[in-house]
Amino acid sequence: MAEIRTKEFKTLAADTLGDDAVQKHLKTLYSGFNQGRLQQAAATHNWEDLQDRARQIKAHTIENLDHYLDMAAENVEKAGGKIFFAKDSAAATRYVLDLAKKKGVRSVIKGKSMLSEEMDLNANLAKEEIEAVETDLGEYLVQLAGQTPYHIIVPAIHMSKSDVNELFHENLGTDPHAGIEELASAARNELRGKFIQADMGITGANFVVAETGTLVLVTNEGNGRMSTSMPKTHVAIMGMEKIVPSMEDMGTFLRLLIRSATGQRISSYVTMVTGPRSEIEEDGPDEFHLVIVDNGRSKLLADPHLREALYCIRCGACLNACPVYRKVGGHSYGWVYSGPIGAVVSPVLTNVPDAKDLPYASSLCGACKEACPVRIDLPRMLLYLRSEVTEGNTDPSRKSSSPFEKIAMKAWKTSVSGPSMMRLANLIGRFVQMPLAKKGRLRRLPPPLSGWTRHRSFPSISSSPFRARWKKGINS
Amino acid sequence: MSQSPPKNASLFVTCVVDQFYPEVGESTVRVLRRNGVDVEFDPAQTCCGQPAFNSGYWKEARPLAERFLDMYEGVEYVVMPSGSCASMVRIFYQELFHNDPALLQRASAVGSHVYELSEFLVDVLCWDKNPESGQSAASTRVTYHEACHLRRELRATTQARELINSTPGVDLTEMEQSEVCCGFGGTFSVKYPDISGAMLDEKLTHIRNTGADAVVACDITCLMHIGGGLEKRNIPIRALHLAELLDKRGS
Repeated sequence: MAEIRTKEFKTLAADTLGDDAVQKHLKTLYSGFNQGRLQQAAATHNWEDLQDRARQIKAHTIENLDHYLDMAAENVEKAGGKIFFAKDSAAATRYVLDLAKKKGVRSVIKGKSMLSEEMDLNANLAKEEIEAVETDLGEYLVQLAGQTPYHIIVPAIHMSKSDVNELFHENLGTDPHAGIEELASAARNELRGKFIQADMGITGANFVVAETGTLVLVTNEGNGRMSTSMPKTHVAIMGMEKIVPSMEDMGTFLRLLIRSATGQRISSYVTMVTGPRSEIEEDGPDEFHLVIVDNGRSKLLADPHLREALYCIRCGACLNACPVYRKVGGHSYGWVYSGPIGAVVSPVLTNVPDAKDLPYASSLCGACKEACPVRIDLPRMLLYLRSEVTEGNTDPSRKSSSPFEKIAMKAWKTSVSGPSMMRLANLIGRFVQMPLAKKGRLRRLPPPLSGWTRHRSFPSISSSPFRARWKKGINS
Repeated sequence: MSQSPPKNASLFVTCVVDQFYPEVGESTVRVLRRNGVDVEFDPAQTCCGQPAFNSGYWKEARPLAERFLDMYEGVEYVVMPSGSCASMVRIFYQELFHNDPALLQRASAVGSHVYELSEFLVDVLCWDKNPESGQSAASTRVTYHEACHLRRELRATTQARELINSTPGVDLTEMEQSEVCCGFGGTFSVKYPDISGAMLDEKLTHIRNTGADAVVACDITCLMHIGGGLEKRNIPIRALHLAELLDKRGS
């Protein structure tokens, strides 16, 4: 499994806030992808109906997941492919490594796959002295820099052109001031060689269609098609929730996914692969393997409060819409998934107590829910996880609240338990604020409110609250 | 003045208005009265429970929510000068009481009678949108910040704008990204003051770019956050609750 740094959310977020260059890049997510999605939604006939339909299909599929997974497995095998069900990332990794060793694989080309990040697959292949090269340009940049993807759709959104100049100069020997076209062609030349020599292609799965056993990949660079067709062996790895029942459903999901992800009507490539090369086909791999991975998803499935997290089609719209993501960026979340969906799934797929800062890393503004093409109620799930962190009602292993906070919350509850307690709290509050208040404002408060007053002043408690004024009578 | 028949409404003033911004409560009362509403106020009211609920302390939030249901059961119109508190009762009580069918039913019955102020004025009272524009010469430029819960939970995006636009002498200049959160988020701004502060900075930039004299919103907590930010940076723009703006229209 990939390294888990969810405990470090606060320090990682502080680093990002202080990085002016990254802040500038993150701002473009609003004007770019977020606005693009809104424009496409407005221009698409029956957008709202599409969303409803997609949600219904997802709900139905997830409720009957065992049925559709069996159907997909059966149809993949019928088409000549092989199926492996992996309980966790370790089992999935072992399967891929064993297969690679058996085939004498030295070189792997990879299509984009967030699941392979969960498995830390590149590092695990490297341990076996197998070179794995990312072929999505953004992923390639991130790999060269020794980093992890910053965003589900735009993995290198945090890098500037000068970062890429430096990276390519060091790794590919390009001119340190090369232009964008020159950089792109350097990457293309380098990757062409890799595509030709690779023994194995590993891709993710945007969708797998159960009724046909078809793998569907959405890309803009054609690298998905090259990865699935050039090497002798193609391994696709998919999270078990990525299944859709029928080919007809793809009409709904492709429209929603692509418009929500990049604001395009259709991506440059949509690749559909059913099994390995058949006898009558000239191109394609000799073997096709589909690895279906759980890796904690059963925990989401088992909890009715969190189940809809499995409806996610990984479009990244919630990241682009989230004002918190646009400040803290992708790496702060400390594991593979970031933004609102990451704040829900990362704690559950890793460990809630270590990731307890994530469900709180939201102002609950609801922009994610508004943006989600399948209407996932992300704020509701964040609220639920918060209650698990403080109370652990449905899963005691998630409970991990701080004692100080608990005392503060109890004190607050007492102060608002009735009008007489509120009057008392008003008196105490006014007494405490006396040395701090200037012209009715509190400009500097002690911890835990010192952070608040670093950026804004606080109003002072009124000596004549509304209830007192009401009693005296309110002038018209 | 409104043409709609007089109505009784019970004001839930919210704990923050009561304790920190009582003048907003007074404006709310005057605006309602001028529109023919007989305003009632139950002095036993405290808080809807949202701060605890949002922080994950559902056990602490439940008695307050039950207290709210006890107080407002059977009331025809409960009006609040806050989209966030109205969302708590109308939407999130459903979550809070998901394990208790009886309370769930009571919560949805009471919730269906709860209105945020701008919703109540426009949707229930049918506020007069074309008043005699006698004193419209002296123009105040305002900009409007969309409170998150009002927009995304109650889905009320037009009412406040209609009310502002119908106020004589007030010119509404829309800011960029008016629908983006100001960064308050309740305890979010205490837990993550610097992330929240960075969001606030962006909001303040958009407000300043309009050249407005005041920023108007329907939630006092957003205004507490935005106003505190303006004050801390000595920016001479006022943070004004919608009720205060409408109160001036009538005076």
